[in-house]
Amino acid sequence: MAELITTYDTDVILAEQGYDDKFHEHHHGDKYQSGFIHHYIFSMDHKIIARQFLMTGIFWAIIGAAMSIIFRIQLGYPEESMAWLKPLLGKWIVVDEAGIGTLAPEFYYALVTMHGTILVFFVLTAGLSGTFSNLLIPLQIGARDMASPFLNMLSYWFFFLAGVIMFYSLFISTGPFSGGWTAYPPLSALPQASTGSGTGMTLWLVSLTLFVVSVLLGGINYVTTVLNLRTQGMTMWRMPLTIWAFFVTAILGILSFPVLASGFFMLIFDRSLGTSFFLSDIFIEGQALDRVGGTPILYQHLFWFLGHPEVYIIILPAMGIASEVLSVHARKPIFGYKAMVLSILAIGFLSFIVWAHHMFMSGVNPFISNFFVVFTLIIAVPSAVKVFNWITTIWGGNVRLNSAMLFAIGFVSMFISGGLTGIFLGNSAIDIQMHDTYFVVAHFHIVMGVAAFFGMFAGVYHWYPKMFGRFMSETMGKIHFWGTLIGAYAIFWPMHYIGMAGVPRRYYSFDSFDAFKHFTELNKFITIAAAVVFVIQLLFVLNFFYSIWKGKKMTSRNPWEATTLEWSTPIEPIHGNWPGNIPSVHRWAYDYNKDEREYVPQYIPMVEGEEEDH
Amino acid sequence: MSDLSINPSYRSKIHPKKFALYTSFASITMMFAAFTSAYIVKQAGGNWLEFAIPTQFYISTAAILMSSVVLHLSLKGFKQGNQNRHKYGMIAGTILGIVFIAMQCSGWMTLVDNGIYLKGNASGSFFYLITLVHALHIIGGIAALFVALYHTFTLKFEATPQRILRYELTVHYWHFVDVLWIYLLMFLIFIK
Ligand code: HEM
Ligand SMILES: [Cu+2]
Repeated sequence: MAELITTYDTDVILAEQGYDDKFHEHHHGDKYQSGFIHHYIFSMDHKIIARQFLMTGIFWAIIGAAMSIIFRIQLGYPEESMAWLKPLLGKWIVVDEAGIGTLAPEFYYALVTMHGTILVFFVLTAGLSGTFSNLLIPLQIGARDMASPFLNMLSYWFFFLAGVIMFYSLFISTGPFSGGWTAYPPLSALPQASTGSGTGMTLWLVSLTLFVVSVLLGGINYVTTVLNLRTQGMTMWRMPLTIWAFFVTAILGILSFPVLASGFFMLIFDRSLGTSFFLSDIFIEGQALDRVGGTPILYQHLFWFLGHPEVYIIILPAMGIASEVLSVHARKPIFGYKAMVLSILAIGFLSFIVWAHHMFMSGVNPFISNFFVVFTLIIAVPSAVKVFNWITTIWGGNVRLNSAMLFAIGFVSMFISGGLTGIFLGNSAIDIQMHDTYFVVAHFHIVMGVAAFFGMFAGVYHWYPKMFGRFMSETMGKIHFWGTLIGAYAIFWPMHYIGMAGVPRRYYSFDSFDAFKHFTELNKFITIAAAVVFVIQLLFVLNFFYSIWKGKKMTSRNPWEATTLEWSTPIEPIHGNWPGNIPSVHRWAYDYNKDEREYVPQYIPMVEGEEEDH
Repeated sequence: MSDLSINPSYRSKIHPKKFALYTSFASITMMFAAFTSAYIVKQAGGNWLEFAIPTQFYISTAAILMSSVVLHLSLKGFKQGNQNRHKYGMIAGTILGIVFIAMQCSGWMTLVDNGIYLKGNASGSFFYLITLVHALHIIGGIAALFVALYHTFTLKFEATPQRILRYELTVHYWHFVDVLWIYLLMFLIFIK
């Protein structure tokens, strides 16, 4: 067999075959490339905005995870003194005469609420899809930037502002909102309902409303860019699966977040203007309120109409990243490309008609539940197609087990484990036992929390050279992977059993339940595992920042020998992405080991008689 | 061979900014779809008072329909280099937009006089909620029209592609919130 072709002269090929859009004749760049402020702070360059999303996401991930450690200590060691946390938490640790400190129950709820809000919205929505949509959409479709760099910049700053307000709410005297990340009324609708329901909830609403604006600005931009700015030859059916995933994610966001905004408007009316959309028959301290006629179920419908698509907004980008990373590092074309695309579309569509599976136990009509059971279970079909295709993609491949690849494989493992428990929960009869127990906590942490984080880690390790021109440490990356994989299962696997036994989620303490006494040791174990996993994540953070300055330098522009267009840009990123022509595309993104060539980038023209692979 | 596969629709005919605007229509539509769905669900739950929609809301409807027409003519005038039509159309459109808001306000006041309060029965609450949030969208459109007026009166009359695009975006948004109002009014009339 002839020797494999493994190098391409990108510059020559782009100069000869690329598309000249006369970009550099207009000098767009100069007006916002100059000066530190415009370059790094109020930047309109998609690559800088991507890094801003990532850094902000990391900041929030550390805060959100630290909160979980605090409430895990409460759950694992309810008897131990927490006085040592007094310097950090101040009045929320109540110290008695004996010097024993206890976590204030209100603040436990506030921590759980903030943990959920921060991780779901700030980290896994903005930090994940914000980062990678921004970085990869223009680079992988061959565009100079987003359709509207200005709106793109605004999208980041709305997110930033949302974060500032949420952060501020952590420090107010009544504490942040404490009624759960889903903000169900009446706790969210009546300022007097609990300590966190007052100013804390107001700030939560303001923050998340700004966040909705951020998501919409970003999403509109992503969709427009994908549909309008693809380079010559980049048909929809040649787009990498990352782009498909970000595209559908953005559509889900555009269609579902406004519904949340509607719910918020009604909540604001109920809170401040005295309407009763969501309120009825409320007694506070024995006094009946004059709010009648509303129903909290209405809010739940509005919330979960966003809420369920939202979980796919979180997981789809991770799926896209995993598909790409698995194919590149297995040196094989993705298996069943079209089926992958169609299943993304199917999941996107189905995600809009299953929301009431979160409400089986809130009094909705059981006959309506049946409808939602059926559609919920149907989601398992496209999900299974994807899992099958991922496994087949790496099967028999020339697998490089680097950190990015390990995390992508870990993603598949987590998605399987968590998807299976989803099928339990999707049956409304089984959900009678499981609802609002630790089984649900285990389900969504594995399938959404950990899996999405794994996708994000895979993306960071894989595209780090593109972002910073250097590599992250592989040794640290592997320790990070194995520690997190084992640790995450250690945390969440036992929770399934606790949940099946009926232990409810969101309880401050189980002291008064004899039936749950035998889980004391298991809860300690989970808390220790969580603390260990937290420390391992700090290793990642260390690796991340250390490598920005000290990592191994990137010496060739396509270190992974990948086929997608981002690797045809210069190592030193420039405004407009390509110094000369933009590449024209002649093939799909997955020509690995084709004929006698180890890989064929998308900008390489077809040779005489060659056929497209799908 | 390979060149045949090159996407001929590269840089599609519709300008990306316009496309982005149309995409945002989908978002706004979803938001109002949520309100009207919640309305239907709530109504099905019973305890729902019917009331007559004050005349002002029909007058405002006429005003906004007319404003769309004159703004359309104004846009056409701009493209054809007809400065007067452009200018007066824009002024008339803006005034009609303000009339719309004024009529909505007057309509709300009549409702209050008739004993329909925001805090009262859900049917009234929904009516205020929907019309109010819609009015906010109109106010956004009026703000955009003010920017367009400012440009018309400060810049030399010159129909550059850039300025045509900008004005088109404004007018298309206006048509959208107009159609949205028609939908909402029909909804409020027929489903009460
Ligand atoms: C096979 C696919 C899946 C099925 C059938 C499924 C089913 C369910 C059901 C029925 C519940 C409600 C349980 C209850 O509250 O009693 C639930 C909760 C949840 N699921 Fe899934 N799920 C699936 C996949 C996913 C995925 C992919 C994600 C995210 C990426 C996800 C995230 C969540 C979250 C966040 C919750 C809990 C929300 C809360 O109450 O706070 N699920 N799932
Ligand atoms: Cu769901």
